[in-house]
Amino acid sequence: MNNIQINRLKDQAFKFWGIGCTLIGLILLVLFIGDILVDGIGRIDWSFITNLPSRKSEKSGIYTALMGSIWILLLTTVIAFPIGVAAGVYLEEYAKKNKFAAILEINISNLAGVPSIIYGLLGLEVFVRIMNLGASVLAGSLTLSLLILPIVIVATREAIKAVPSSIKDASYALGASKWQTIWHQILPASGGGILTGVILALSRAVGETAPLIVVGALAYVPFAPSNPMDEFSVLPIQIFNWISRPQHGFIENAAAAIIILLGITFIMNGVAVYFRNKWQNKLK
Amino acid sequence: MRKVKELLIEKLLFASASITIIVTIGIICVLSIEAFQFFSEVSIVEFLTDTQWTPLFTDKHFGILPLLSGTVLTSFIAIMVALPIGLSISIYLSEYAPKGFRKTVKPLLELLAAVPTVVYGFFALIVVTPFLQIIWPNLSGFNSLSAGIVMGIMIIPYVSSLSEDALQAVPNSLREASFGMGATRLQSAFKVIVPSASSGIIVSIILAISRAIGETMIVAIAAGQQPRLTLDPTVPIETITAYIVQVSLGDVEHGSIEYRTIFAAGITLFVFTFLLNTLSYRIRKKYQAKYE
Repeated sequence: MNNIQINRLKDQAFKFWGIGCTLIGLILLVLFIGDILVDGIGRIDWSFITNLPSRKSEKSGIYTALMGSIWILLLTTVIAFPIGVAAGVYLEEYAKKNKFAAILEINISNLAGVPSIIYGLLGLEVFVRIMNLGASVLAGSLTLSLLILPIVIVATREAIKAVPSSIKDASYALGASKWQTIWHQILPASGGGILTGVILALSRAVGETAPLIVVGALAYVPFAPSNPMDEFSVLPIQIFNWISRPQHGFIENAAAAIIILLGITFIMNGVAVYFRNKWQNKLK
Repeated sequence: MRKVKELLIEKLLFASASITIIVTIGIICVLSIEAFQFFSEVSIVEFLTDTQWTPLFTDKHFGILPLLSGTVLTSFIAIMVALPIGLSISIYLSEYAPKGFRKTVKPLLELLAAVPTVVYGFFALIVVTPFLQIIWPNLSGFNSLSAGIVMGIMIIPYVSSLSEDALQAVPNSLREASFGMGATRLQSAFKVIVPSASSGIIVSIILAISRAIGETMIVAIAAGQQPRLTLDPTVPIETITAYIVQVSLGDVEHGSIEYRTIFAAGITLFVFTFLLNTLSYRIRKKYQAKYE
């Protein structure tokens, strides 16, 4: 075999290696979802969703945790959405190219890389202790809002960048002010992209466990929260609690709760991708 | 009137953007104030050199090394899994795969990073550890090996997606020149494209390491809660993040030395990830303009 043939062979070999690696990633994903479905699907029925937590695994349900997750999701959206979009608009449309803008940018990029558990420590000290909110839904939501803020800001900026400048120019030419241009032209035109980013950020928030444990969310709450100052649990913490128990019944419960959590996460991701595609087609 | 409104809105938007600065200052203040009080009771020399971490026992030792070794060990295993697989995927998708295949596979792989980490923890403890125990019967039920492997699977898309973006950014003229010289795709990939995209690839690896160091639930569930200065991947260990979770789950009084240990551990974690993130930002900024 001459050199050329050896090189061609190596080229082919790498191709198959590459396909193999790509497939391993996908196979693991499938395997993994399959395993959890086998473990947990039999446990899911209406009473699993509506039952309160219990010491007996077969009577336990996820009602309080699910309600906690929904509360957290709603409050986090209300807090993080306006602030994140406002900050993104400022950075993209108002900020001058000066030192402060540069610091803001480095800072946001750094915040996106801070481990989530550090946000938990921040929330514990500032919201739970100093602002005296206790281990409440509000304290948890504020903590998660700070956590997803960088993601929302970056998504907003990307979406605004994608709006063609002709739209902006046309608006100014008609005598619109800067804010009128942003409010009536830029934001509607970038809405799909912003929405995608916000949904992805929220899907991350719904799966977060560590910062909420640090803030003091409980593994066992007898009632679903009824106002923002109530104590709470969330689905991931309920799952964590069940995994930590030795009895087999709780493992089954954990798998069943994981199916629900994964369902929520994947649906949110799917919706986000749908909005992105729709928006990208509209921009073209 | 319109001017006043415009100005007011600008100030409001500015305030929103400034919140991010306040968050950073808040994190640094909270961590340093509590850590400062911790170091007024425990000497920094003991913190950095003692080989035991037992703040919750009666015989208290405050050496961060065992937690640090646990963090480094699990992260190292994760990178050993994610790096070869992630890089191979990125090279394959960018240089070999048909465009349609790439467009379908990339978002699917990114789903791996969207799965909540508590789910990975379940997977590591319930599936991977029993499976590895078939091969190594003396593997402990909690160990850094399976936690590290599963964490590696989780960060594959961080490496593959970002590296693939970097490879795609290399201008086609370089590829064509290389092919024109008679190089195969493999030769072009490793001798021309990968070196040209090296800064982007390095950034993706640094971000993956930073993600692994800060990862919490997988190690809290599957790696154990025994701080131990070891590089043996088969025994239970504890990472910095898992320790913070362990203390948070218990009843620790505010203001006690045990309470402050989580901030001392937290600031150690923060310093490491901060350095890595800053480094990756610098590299990205420095080389971003290369092909524009």
